[in-house]
Amino acid sequence: MEAGIVEESTAASRLGAGTIVPLKRPEPQPGAPSAERLTDIDEWGRSESIRSLARKGFQFFYDKYFRVEWEGLDKIPTEGGALLVANHAGAVPMDAPVIMHGIEQELSRPVYGLADHFFRQLPVVGTLWSRAGGVPAHPENAYRLLREQKQLALVFPEGTKGPSKLFTQRYRLRRFGRGGFVEIAMRAGVPVVPIAVIGTEETMPILIRLNSLAKVTGLPYFPITVNWLLMGPVLGTALSLPAKIKLRVLDPVHFPVPPDQERYSKSRVMDEAENIRISIQEALYDMLAHRGNPWLG
Amino acid sequence: MGRRVLLTGLGTFWGGKVAQALEKRDDVDVIVGMDVSEPLVELERTEYVRADETYSILTRIVEATQVDTIVHTFLVVDSTQMRFRRLHEINVIGTMNLLAAAGASNTPVRRVVVKSSGLVYGCSGRDPLWFNEETPRSDPPATTVEDSLMAAEGYLRDFAKDNPHVGVTLLRFSNVLGTDIETPFTEALTRGFAPSIFGFDPQLQFVDETDVVSAVEFATTRDCPGIFNVAGDGLLPWSEVAKLCGATLLPLPPVFTELAARPLRRLGLAPFPPEVLRLLRFGRGIDNRRYKDLGFTYRYTSLGAVERFAKQRRLSKAVGPLGRQYTYDRDVESFFHHSPAVVRSPHT
Repeated sequence: MEAGIVEESTAASRLGAGTIVPLKRPEPQPGAPSAERLTDIDEWGRSESIRSLARKGFQFFYDKYFRVEWEGLDKIPTEGGALLVANHAGAVPMDAPVIMHGIEQELSRPVYGLADHFFRQLPVVGTLWSRAGGVPAHPENAYRLLREQKQLALVFPEGTKGPSKLFTQRYRLRRFGRGGFVEIAMRAGVPVVPIAVIGTEETMPILIRLNSLAKVTGLPYFPITVNWLLMGPVLGTALSLPAKIKLRVLDPVHFPVPPDQERYSKSRVMDEAENIRISIQEALYDMLAHRGNPWLG
Repeated sequence: MGRRVLLTGLGTFWGGKVAQALEKRDDVDVIVGMDVSEPLVELERTEYVRADETYSILTRIVEATQVDTIVHTFLVVDSTQMRFRRLHEINVIGTMNLLAAAGASNTPVRRVVVKSSGLVYGCSGRDPLWFNEETPRSDPPATTVEDSLMAAEGYLRDFAKDNPHVGVTLLRFSNVLGTDIETPFTEALTRGFAPSIFGFDPQLQFVDETDVVSAVEFATTRDCPGIFNVAGDGLLPWSEVAKLCGATLLPLPPVFTELAARPLRRLGLAPFPPEVLRLLRFGRGIDNRRYKDLGFTYRYTSLGAVERFAKQRRLSKAVGPLGRQYTYDRDVESFFHHSPAVVRSPHT
C-alpha cells in the first residue's frame, strides 16, 4: 500500500504535475485482426465463385450450342486495362455472355460488363447480373475499373439501339452513342479493343416492336421475336436460337493523348468513335461475306 | 498558444465524444460546449453552456471566450431521432445562425469544422459506385433530412466564400457503426432482424465511431480546409453484414417498399427511414482517399467496423447490456470545475 503511493508520487513528479501523459494509441490496423470476409464479392458486386458457376453452366451453350469461334483472341491484352467495344444484337443479346465467358476462360482474367443502369434497378436480376460481373455504365465506374484497377471492361456503344433493331436491319451498326467510350478510354489512358460479332442477330431476330407495350412495362423495348412465335413467350425469351457465333478481335486502338485531362477535343473523340464504328462494320461485312449457312457457319 | 474551441451539440453523442477527445490534447486550451441538453459523458475541463439550438447567444459567447475554432457536430443525420420540423430547425436554421455569428465582423474565429453526412450524395440507380467529394447527385433530394443537410452545406459554402480568412472543413461521414451509438443500422443489427429489399443486395460502406471522432479531432487540430469524405475502406453486401452480425434478413417487397415499411417501422421491426431504405436498394460508396492523402489514418475498414460491432454485440448478449454509468449533475459538475477545493493541475 505504502510503497504503491510512493511509487505513484515519484512517477508524477518525474513527469511534472499536471502533465497530460499522451496515451499511446494502438497502431491503425487496416482490416482489424480477426476480420474475415464470408464471401468473395468484390466492391463491384462481382463474385468469382458465382461467376465460375455461371461459366460452368454456360460452357455447354458456348461449346455445343453456339459453337463459338474466335479470331485474334491474342490481341486482347493479358494485363493492364483495356476497353472492349463490340456490336450488340439479338433481342436478348448473347454477345455479352459469350465475350465475357470466352475471355475469362482463355485469358483467365475477369471481364466487367458495363450496361445500362436499368438492370441494376431490377430485383433479383440486378443482383445476379452484378454478381456475374455486370457494372452500371457510368463514366466514373469505367474510369475506376480501367485506370485504377487495370481491368478489362466490355461496353456496347450502341446501347439498346443495337438489340432493339429489327431483323431487316441486321448487322447494320447504329450510332455509337455520343462517343463517351472513346473519351473514357482517353481519360483512363487505355486502348480500345474493337470486337466484331456475327451470329447473334440470328439468335433472337426481332420481327416487330411494340412501343406502347414498352411504355407500359417500362422496358427499353418490347419485341416480338421469331423465338416467341416458335416457343411461346416464356421459353422464347429464355432460349436463343442455335446460330453459330463467330468473333473477330480487331487491332487495339491507342490514343496518343495524355490521360486524366479534364476535357478532350470533341471532334477528335467523335472522329475516333466513328473510325472504330466503321472498322467494326467493315469487319462484320467481311465475316458475313465469308459465312455460309448462319446455323452451321 | 493552443486552440480555443467552441463545440455545438455537446449533449449529443458526437459532441460528447469529440469533447472527450479534445480534452486529451495539449494543443487545445479551452473547450466550450453548447447544447440544450446536458452532456451524456464525463468531461474534465469542457465548459458546458446551455443554449437553444438556434444559437441566439452565440455571438456573445464567441466574444466572451475568444474561441478561434468552431466545431459544428450538431447536424442531425438520423431522421428517426426527431420530427421533421425540429430537424429542419436544428440543421438549417441552426447552421444558418451559427455561421452568421461566426462571420460577424471582428470575430476571432479562424476555423470551422462541420460534421455532415454521405446522405447528401443521395442514392439512386443512376449513381456511380463511388462518390468523390465533387461527384454530383444523380437525383434531387427526396427526403427532409437530405434536403436540410444540403441546405446547411449550402450555407457553409457561402460562408467559406464570404470569409476567405476562415478555414472551413466539411466532413461527410458514411454509415456509422459502433458499440455506443444508436443508428438505424445498429438498431436493426442488434435486434436480429435486419430489413432488406427482396431481390437487392446492395454494397454498403461503414465507418467505426472511433474513426468518426478522430476524424473530427484531426480536422479541429489541423489546418485542412475543404470537403472530405470519411468512411472505412471497402464495400460489403448487406447480406454479408447481416450474417457477420448474426442477424436474419427481413425482406420487404421491391415495389411499394415504403408502404410496407411504414407499419413495420411503427412496430419497431424495421427502423429504416426512407433515405436509409434507399440504401438497401442501391447502396453507396464514398471515396475516402482525399482525407487519407492528408495524413488521416483509419483504425477500421468497413469490414473491421462491422466485425468490431458484431463482437461487441455478442458480448452484450452474453453479459447483458453495458449501460452508461454516468449521469450529468449540474451542481456536481460545477463543483468539480470551479470549486477551490478541487485540486487542479495548472494546465486546466
